[in-house]
Amino acid sequence: MSDALLRRWLRRAPAYGVLALCAAVLLFPLYVTFANSLHPIAEFLQDPPPSLFPSHPQWGNYFAGGDEQGGSGGPGVTRYLFNSVVVAGIITIGQLVTSTLAAYAFAFLRFPGRGVLFALFLATMMVPLEVAVIPNFQTIQWLHWTDSYQGLVAPFLATGFGTFLLRQYFLTIPSELKDAAEMDGYGEYRFLLHVAVPLAGGALATLAVFAFLQAWNQYLWPLLVTNDPDLRTVQIGIGAETQEPFRINIAFANTIIAFLPMVLLVIAFQRSLVRGLFGGSVKG
Amino acid sequence: MSAPAAARRFALPRGARQLLTALPFLAPSIVLFGAFVFYPLVKSVYLGFYIENPFRTRQIYVGFDQYRDVLASSEFVSSLLVTVTFTLYTVVPALVIATFLAVLANQKLPGVVVFRTIFASPLAASVALTAVFWLVLLHPTIGILNEWIETLGLPRVDWLNDGGWAVTEHSGVSKLTSWISDPNWALLSVSMATVWMNVGLFTIILLAGLQTIPDELYESARVDGAGRWAQFWHVTLPMLSPTLFFASVVGVIFAFQAFGQIDIMTGGGPVDATNVVIYSIYQEAFQNFRYGAASVQAVALFVIMLGLTLLQFRLVRGRIFYR
Repeated sequence: MSDALLRRWLRRAPAYGVLALCAAVLLFPLYVTFANSLHPIAEFLQDPPPSLFPSHPQWGNYFAGGDEQGGSGGPGVTRYLFNSVVVAGIITIGQLVTSTLAAYAFAFLRFPGRGVLFALFLATMMVPLEVAVIPNFQTIQWLHWTDSYQGLVAPFLATGFGTFLLRQYFLTIPSELKDAAEMDGYGEYRFLLHVAVPLAGGALATLAVFAFLQAWNQYLWPLLVTNDPDLRTVQIGIGAETQEPFRINIAFANTIIAFLPMVLLVIAFQRSLVRGLFGGSVKG
Repeated sequence: MSAPAAARRFALPRGARQLLTALPFLAPSIVLFGAFVFYPLVKSVYLGFYIENPFRTRQIYVGFDQYRDVLASSEFVSSLLVTVTFTLYTVVPALVIATFLAVLANQKLPGVVVFRTIFASPLAASVALTAVFWLVLLHPTIGILNEWIETLGLPRVDWLNDGGWAVTEHSGVSKLTSWISDPNWALLSVSMATVWMNVGLFTIILLAGLQTIPDELYESARVDGAGRWAQFWHVTLPMLSPTLFFASVVGVIFAFQAFGQIDIMTGGGPVDATNVVIYSIYQEAFQNFRYGAASVQAVALFVIMLGLTLLQFRLVRGRIFYR
């Protein structure tokens, strides 16, 4: 019996070997960054590069905070993470609200021009931010919203993708339900809040994860509309820190710090993410 | 229903009443799209008609001349070439690696979920973090990769500062062999980082695709005497092709939008070796303050991406058939 078990594991061994090797290669850049984050800065200035196995790990690099010497180090990774959470959070909530409302109108209400308007909403998916970036920057300047949270979030509060996704889910709600609710004296808003939204929970979660990740990963827009180090998102903050050779070990530590919460998020919401990726494409 | 609302019901024609009901639901999105999507699109086209002085105190109308001049300029052609090369360097390897990883992680083994998660983990890295992870490997003084290359007795590579063919030869198309004899290491560096990032995403997409392939197909293939390799070529790959196609279009769109990793790793350089179209728009608009010329490139990019997105829509509308 145990002989058979042993043989089965032996047969599996090569498969696990290949899996482990691939995992090691894929994780290697992460590991090197981690190893480098534990070295004192002096080791980066010598000729042989810092070893992959720090002999005296400097965990203090993870608690370095901002640049107290008043250099260009900025306010530190905690502040950057806070900014990113605020910005991505507002964008996520904004997208959920605007697209739920719009999707409701497209799914449940009849009005002239509905088809054309929906097509226009879909068309917004074809205009990437990069193309609209110059006029949008001018608009934000005109509103005096540079170096502000408003400026960071404003262009991203509505979403064609989200409207489409939620409308698809709303359309699966049988019209009898709507009729019955109307009979019970439910107005549009009450039906939306108490019937449609709870039923579309899964789709809302998918949209939320998607919106949050996209907002979190933004780079070009925050780079343009913020100069104040206190308003840097984590991407811009980390990017700026890599330009400082004398704090590079701390930049590496901060990179690891910024990476960990997102790993947890992605692991926790992997399923929703996949659904979102295909959501814009799969009908029904 | 309150009395004034009831009164309005009789006063207005049905269409107007319906619009009034729908408007509060649609207004937030319409205002935002108008301000940040449709207006900028029109404005970009308009800006392309004007040339301005560096402080934008004066604008001169030049009509389509600027479109012609910018789009025909060697700088634009070169940035387009860099973009297409970057797309090629990032999409194809990432698809091959991700297919391999997805097939590996799709085996029925205890604990394989752990590997699925590890293979997907680059998805959690933003462009900025990815750039740092790869800077560490490729950095001129602390990069570990060059140490290994030296140990193997090969010459060091000046990863981030060697633009190869893109620098030595401005019209890179004329001599495609120089892509191999004089590699654009800077572009390859940025591409490697991007491949790493894409592998996480593609693996997840492809795993989802693999899981839709029915087991019976493999069973009947085995009955027909197909080995693992034959099963891969005759069952997995054909069944996976729609997903592969989908992933590749996503990858191409990502490649045309790539900015952050280039900004952090190479800043578009050396010279213009990694100056993709987006980066060139950024430099033209926000470093040289030539909004007009930058807008022309933005409009051109829009047209290209519109084509790609339409292609994606067509594909995912279910027009791809299993073989």
